[in-house]
Amino acid sequence: MQFGLSDEQEMIVSTVRSFVENEIYPHEAEVERTGQVPHALGEAIKQKVIDLGFYACNFPEEVGGAGLSHLDFTLVERELGRGSMALTHFFGRPQNILMACNSEQRDRYLLPAVRGERMDALAMTEPDAGSDVRGMKCQAQRDGGDWVINGSKHFISGAEHADFFIVFIATGVDETPKGPKKRITTFLVDRGTPGFEVREGYNSVSHKGYKNYILYFDNCRLPDAQVLGEVDGGFAVMNKWLYATRLTVAAFSVGRARRCFDYALNYAAERKQFGQPIGKFQGVGFQIADMITEIDAADWLTLAAAWRLDQDLPSNREIASAKLYASEALARVTDTTLQIFGGMGLMDDFPIERFWRDARVERIWDGTSEIQRHIISRDLLRPLGA
Amino acid sequence: MKVLVPVKRVIDYNVKVRVKADGSGVDLANVKMSMNPFDEIAVEEAIRLKEAGKADEVVAVSIGVKQAQETLRTALAMGADRAILVIAADDVHQDIEPLAVAKILAKVVEEEQPGIVLAGKQSIDNDMNATGQMLSALLGWSQGTFASELDIDGDSAKITREVDGGLQTISVKMPTIVTVDLRLNEPRYASLPNIMKAKKKPLDEKTAADYGVDVTPRLEIVKTEEPAARAAGIIVGSVDELVEKLKEAGAV
Ligand SMILES: Cc1cc2nc3c(=O)[nH]c(=O)nc-3n(C[C@H](O)[C@H](O)[C@H](O)COP(=O)(O)OP(=O)(O)OC[C@H]3O[C@@H](n4cnc5c(N)ncnc54)[C@H](O)[C@@H]3O)c2cc1C
Ligand SMILES: Cc1cc2nc3c(=O)[nH]c(=O)nc-3n(C[C@H](O)[C@H](O)[C@H](O)COP(=O)(O)OP(=O)(O)OC[C@H]3O[C@@H](n4cnc5c(N)ncnc54)[C@H](O)[C@@H]3O)c2cc1C
Repeated sequence: MQFGLSDEQEMIVSTVRSFVENEIYPHEAEVERTGQVPHALGEAIKQKVIDLGFYACNFPEEVGGAGLSHLDFTLVERELGRGSMALTHFFGRPQNILMACNSEQRDRYLLPAVRGERMDALAMTEPDAGSDVRGMKCQAQRDGGDWVINGSKHFISGAEHADFFIVFIATGVDETPKGPKKRITTFLVDRGTPGFEVREGYNSVSHKGYKNYILYFDNCRLPDAQVLGEVDGGFAVMNKWLYATRLTVAAFSVGRARRCFDYALNYAAERKQFGQPIGKFQGVGFQIADMITEIDAADWLTLAAAWRLDQDLPSNREIASAKLYASEALARVTDTTLQIFGGMGLMDDFPIERFWRDARVERIWDGTSEIQRHIISRDLLRPLGA
Repeated sequence: MKVLVPVKRVIDYNVKVRVKADGSGVDLANVKMSMNPFDEIAVEEAIRLKEAGKADEVVAVSIGVKQAQETLRTALAMGADRAILVIAADDVHQDIEPLAVAKILAKVVEEEQPGIVLAGKQSIDNDMNATGQMLSALLGWSQGTFASELDIDGDSAKITREVDGGLQTISVKMPTIVTVDLRLNEPRYASLPNIMKAKKKPLDEKTAADYGVDVTPRLEIVKTEEPAARAAGIIVGSVDELVEKLKEAGAV
């Protein structure tokens, strides 16, 4: 066992931390107020990240990425978690799933995404299919040699910046002993494809400026060349590549919780009531103790899950535990920090109210806490026949 | 031309400094340490000289405890070509005084024959502001301190100095020693490829004894104290009241 970071890892952490502090923090209040990231600012952040060689650092070197291990990349994500998600979006971590591109799709999607020339968004969720992905209604039907798509997707993040979309669409049904089961295929859809439209979504209290959109398909025609992976192979592609996003939520939550905790710690040491720092009251002091304990636990769960991925060990359950625990710990930490700040915690003079609002979505997206518990419990119980 | 950049490992500027209970100094156990910010500016300037084709090699040197290796790796990740670590203490609390550092640097200069030494104007721990000047005296080289601009042209350099009340521009003969000030440049972040390359760059390990320099302290720290806490402010209702209060306080 060796729990320390290597010199390289220390430097990765301190570089990303300084980047977030110097290039992201100063713009956060404006993004929060206006609910958007000015185009020029997003592009400027992106260019700096490209120059630093951190853009698409989650991709292997042979396609132009930095070839970071899962552990190294998780450290990057953890530090990015400190900053506004609307802004760190431009730190550029395209979906790993693009590695499923065939040689012709590489030039159109994978390589330009890694170079920062084209941005992607991922669309799975529908109004009637959230946790139950297989319940999706958006479908593609064969017409000649093409596919004709009809249906919609909602809650699609980052769509306003996306040049193309990775979309999961039903391409048929199998009758199984357990009832009908949809077959799913992954498609690459360019913005501007006839019959495909991106519309404004809902207003979320979490992550102002990191907006969600609704995608509409109305007899949208796509050739086979737009299929990512195999026809009907959507679940295979998902299982092979989408674990990464859940680990990302865990890492984000740890980074954000540490930033929030620093506010709580300093406030508890400085704010005086009844003639002494409030941290001296056991009621507050013990909250500080519980918070740091939970944050450290979440950190180690997350790093250990990433380490397991690097060792090619089974890690589905461990990633689910990390996502579950870290996102729930973040919710408790932001709530407790707000409480320690008293009335000021609610005011937008401090970022605490924003941390508290942002934290709420982490327990919902990329698989709700309940779905993570489902994954963990099935992983343990299924082998026992229960 | 070779550039030599001395870099010091100091308490991170973000850390809230705590004085040790016995007053012998500042508590450095388990606190975050980083490269002295002025030295970062010196490393940046050295790399820019190389990028501008005015230098062909950047060598970083650190004198202190073994852990200063991390500081040197940071310099390498920023773009320095190689590093020299001179171990002169085992205890993180033992500071090597400017004269000892300057003596060791003088030996390193003899060995390395740089065309310029770029150092921070001072380190943020003890604020001595002495090493560069002492090195200049030991070597008999010219010096330009508090540099906010540096322009090397053949065998002379034009240096803009931040002096009390303004800027002063001097011309010095090369080789020279420049101590850099805050406004000289804005240091870059280490790029990811350079971070990955840093480990493969050479880092030589030496000891103070290798250079025959005695690093025994000559100064005695009598007492270290926290700065006095700032008195709480007051809110005034009007300009008249402000002026009145300032008069009371003897400030106007
Ligand atoms: C801001 C935001 C951005 C998003 N961005 C994207 C995106 O870019 N791309 C994308 O595809 N999706 C995105 N999503 C969708 C997100 O992944 C879903 O919201 C999430 O999967 C939950 O689905 P749902 O909201 O439909 O809730 P539902 O699935 O309807 O769940 C409702 C409740 O029922 C519970 N529940 C459901 N099934 C079970 C079960 N089997 N056992 C126990 N409890 C259960 C859930 O835990 C939850 O509490 C985003 C969501 C949000 C809020
Ligand atoms: C929206 C809003 C409207 C308000 N309206 C009014 C109003 O109309 N009129 C009015 O007079 N006030 C008003 N208030 C003030 C409100 O009553 C105070 O915010 C509240 O009493 C807490 O005080 P504080 O915010 O200064 O927090 P603090 O007193 O500074 O408390 C900070 C933290 O320390 C904890 N703490 C403090 N002392 C102890 C202790 N002895 N033991 C353990 N823990 C302790 C607290 O529980 C809290 O977690 C309002 C506040 C808000 C947010």
